[in-house]
Amino acid sequence: MPKGIWIFVEQRDGQIRKSSFELLSEGRKLADQTGEPLVGVILGEGVESLVKVVAAQGADKVILVEDEKLKNYSTGAYTSALNQVIRKGEPQAFLMGNSAAGRDLAPRLAQRLGVGLASDCTGIEHDPEKFLVFKRPIYAGKAFAYTGTTVRPVVATIRPNTFAISSPDESRQVEVERETVTVDPADLKAIVKEMALATSKRPELVEADIIVSGGRGMKGPENFAILEQLADVIGAAVGASRAAVDSGWREQKFQVGQTGKTVSPTLYIACGISGAIQHLAGMGSSKFIVAINKDPEANIFNVASYGIVGDLFEVVPLLTEEFKKLVSA
Amino acid sequence: MNIVVCVKQTFDTEAKIVFDSQGRIDPNGVNLIVNPYDEFALEEGIRLKEKFGGTVTAVSMGGARAQEALRTALAMGADKALLVSDPALNDADEWVSTQALAQAISKIPYDIILAGRVAIDDGSSQVCVRLAEELHLPSVSTVVKFSVEGNKATAVREIDGGTETLEIELPVVLTAQKGINGNEPRYPSVAGIMKAKKKELKTMTLADLGLAALEPKMKISKYDLPTPRQAGKKVPGEPAAAAQELVKLLHEEAKVL
Ligand SMILES: Cc1cc2nc3c(=O)[nH]c(=O)nc-3n(C[C@H](O)[C@H](O)[C@H](O)COP(=O)(O)OP(=O)(O)OC[C@H]3O[C@@H](n4cnc5c(N)ncnc54)[C@H](O)[C@@H]3O)c2cc1C
Ligand SMILES: Nc1ncnc2c1ncn2[C@@H]1O[C@H](COP(=O)(O)O)[C@@H](O)[C@H]1O
Repeated sequence: MPKGIWIFVEQRDGQIRKSSFELLSEGRKLADQTGEPLVGVILGEGVESLVKVVAAQGADKVILVEDEKLKNYSTGAYTSALNQVIRKGEPQAFLMGNSAAGRDLAPRLAQRLGVGLASDCTGIEHDPEKFLVFKRPIYAGKAFAYTGTTVRPVVATIRPNTFAISSPDESRQVEVERETVTVDPADLKAIVKEMALATSKRPELVEADIIVSGGRGMKGPENFAILEQLADVIGAAVGASRAAVDSGWREQKFQVGQTGKTVSPTLYIACGISGAIQHLAGMGSSKFIVAINKDPEANIFNVASYGIVGDLFEVVPLLTEEFKKLVSA
Repeated sequence: MNIVVCVKQTFDTEAKIVFDSQGRIDPNGVNLIVNPYDEFALEEGIRLKEKFGGTVTAVSMGGARAQEALRTALAMGADKALLVSDPALNDADEWVSTQALAQAISKIPYDIILAGRVAIDDGSSQVCVRLAEELHLPSVSTVVKFSVEGNKATAVREIDGGTETLEIELPVVLTAQKGINGNEPRYPSVAGIMKAKKKELKTMTLADLGLAALEPKMKISKYDLPTPRQAGKKVPGEPAAAAQELVKLLHEEAKVL
C-alpha cells in the first residue's frame, strides 16, 4: 500500500522556498482529510537544521538526503536521488512547487517513475477514487482541466501563491529518516558551471504578494524608476508587459503574460498597460487588480477591481506618497 | 549537425474557448498556430544548421491539421518534417505524447533536440523533458543562450532569480525560452513557402512506429471556464484625491495592505 503525501522541500543555500511552505501548509490539511501522513523530503548538504522548520510547518516525518552532489540543484542528481527514495517509500502523491527547479525536475522524475504529472496546478481536491484531483489552468487560464489518476504515485507541481502559509507550530514532533543515495554517473552529463543570482532586494516576480507592472505607457526605460519607488514602499516586485520588454525597457525575465511569467499575486497594479488578452493570460488570476490608464476604454478596466483613469506620471507618485503614509501609520 | 525540433500546433493566443456537446474543448473554427516557443526553437535550430551544416527535421504529433504547422516549419527553413498522427492519440497525456515522439525521433539521427519551454495550450512544460529521459539524454530547460563547440555545448538557462550556466556533451535536449540567443523567429519568405511545398512531410501512425495503443497515465474528468472577472470601481476625482481614495479602498475594503 503506497503511503503518505510527500512534499519536496525546495531549498537554496539552506533557505526553504516560499512555495514549499505553501505546499506543506496545504499538505497538512490534505493529510488530515485523507488520514495519510505528511512527509517532507529535503535534499541538500548540511541542511539538517531545516528539519525542525519542516516539522513546525506540519510534517509528520522528514526524509533527509544529504550528499555533496545534492548541495545545489541539478536535474540529474536530484532526479536520481528522488527516484530512489520514492521507489523505496512508495508515496501516494509527490508534490512540489512549480518553480524553475520544479518545472525542470518533475517531468523527468515522473517519466523515470513511469507515472503521471499534473503541472502548474491551482487547486487540489480529495477524491474517493483517484485520491487527489488537480485543477489546472489551460489555454493560459482561459479554461480549467480537472485531472487525476489511479497510478501511484501521482506527481504534481503547484503554482506559487496558490495556498496560504499556516503559522508554524514549533512544538511539533517529527520522525526523521536519513537516506543515502547513489547518483548514477549517467545523470551527471549536464554540469552546472556557474549560478548567477540577481542581487535585488525586491521579491521574486512569481512569488511576490504584490506586483507593480508597467507597459508601453511608461514611455521609456528611465521612467520605470517611479514604479520601483512605489514597489519599494509596499514590498512589491516590478513586472512589465511585452510591449515594454520588446522595446528593450525591461528584461525578458520580468515579462508577465502568455509568453512571459504567470503570476498570481494578491495585488497586481497595472500602469500604462492596455490589458491585451495575452497580458491577462499571465496575471488574470491575481486576487485584486488595480489599473492606472489614461484611456477610460482600455480593456484592463474590464478586469480591474479598482481603476484610476489618469496620467500615470501624475498618479503613480501620488500613490507612492499615500502608501508611504499608510505604511508609516 | 542533425537537429530535431519538436513543433506543436496550438490555438491562436486570442482564441476563445468553447466546449462541444460532450464538454470537451472544441477546436472547430479556431485559428491554429505554431506554439510560440517552438518558433524560437525552430529559429535556433535553423541558425545552428546555417552555421554547422546538417539537417533540421521538424517533428509533430497531432491531427491532420498539424501538417500546416509543419509546412510553416519547412517554410522557415527546416529540411524535413514528420507528423505522428493516429486517432488513438486523441486522449494523449504527456506520457503518451512522449512515448510516441520518442519512438519517432529515435529513428532520426540527432545531435540536438530542440523544443519549446511550454506549449501554450496545455501549459504542461513536460513533454520535452520527459522525452530527454525516455531517450536517456541530458536536458536543459528554459534556455536563454546556447553555443556549440565540437561535441560540447554551453547553455545558459533561466532559474528563479537569475541564470545558470551548464556544460553538456551532445546529444542534448534543449527547451527554448522566448528570445533564445536574442533572436526573433523569422517569417517564412515567399521563396521559402514555395520550396516548402517540395520538401518531405511524412506521416506515421502508431502502427508505423511499431507501437500499440497507449493508455494515458492522467485522465481529465472535467473542464470548466473561470468565472469572468467583473469590472470593479473606477475611483473618481482629481489625481490626488483619487490616489488617496484608492489607497483607502485597498486598505479598508480589499484589506490587502
Ligand atoms: C503570440 C503572442 C504572445 C504575446 N505574449 C504577451 C505576453 O506574454 N505579455 C504581454 O504583456 N503581451 C503579450 N503579447 C502582446 C499583447 O498582444 C499586447 O501587444 C501587449 O500586451 C501590449 O502591451 P501594453 O499594454 O504595454 O501596450 P499598449 O497596448 O500599447 O497599451 C499601452 C497603454 O498605456 C496607456 N497609456 C499611455 N500613456 C499613458 C499615461 N501617460 N498614463 C496612463 N496610461 C497611459 C494607453 O492608454 C494604453 O492603454 C503577445 C502577443 C502575441 C501575438
Ligand atoms: N504533440 C506534440 N508534438 C510535437 N511537439 C510537442 C508536442 N507536445 C509537446 N511538444 C513539445 O514539447 C514542448 C512542451 O510541451 P508541453 O509539455 O505540452 O508544455 C512544446 O513546446 C513542443 O516543443
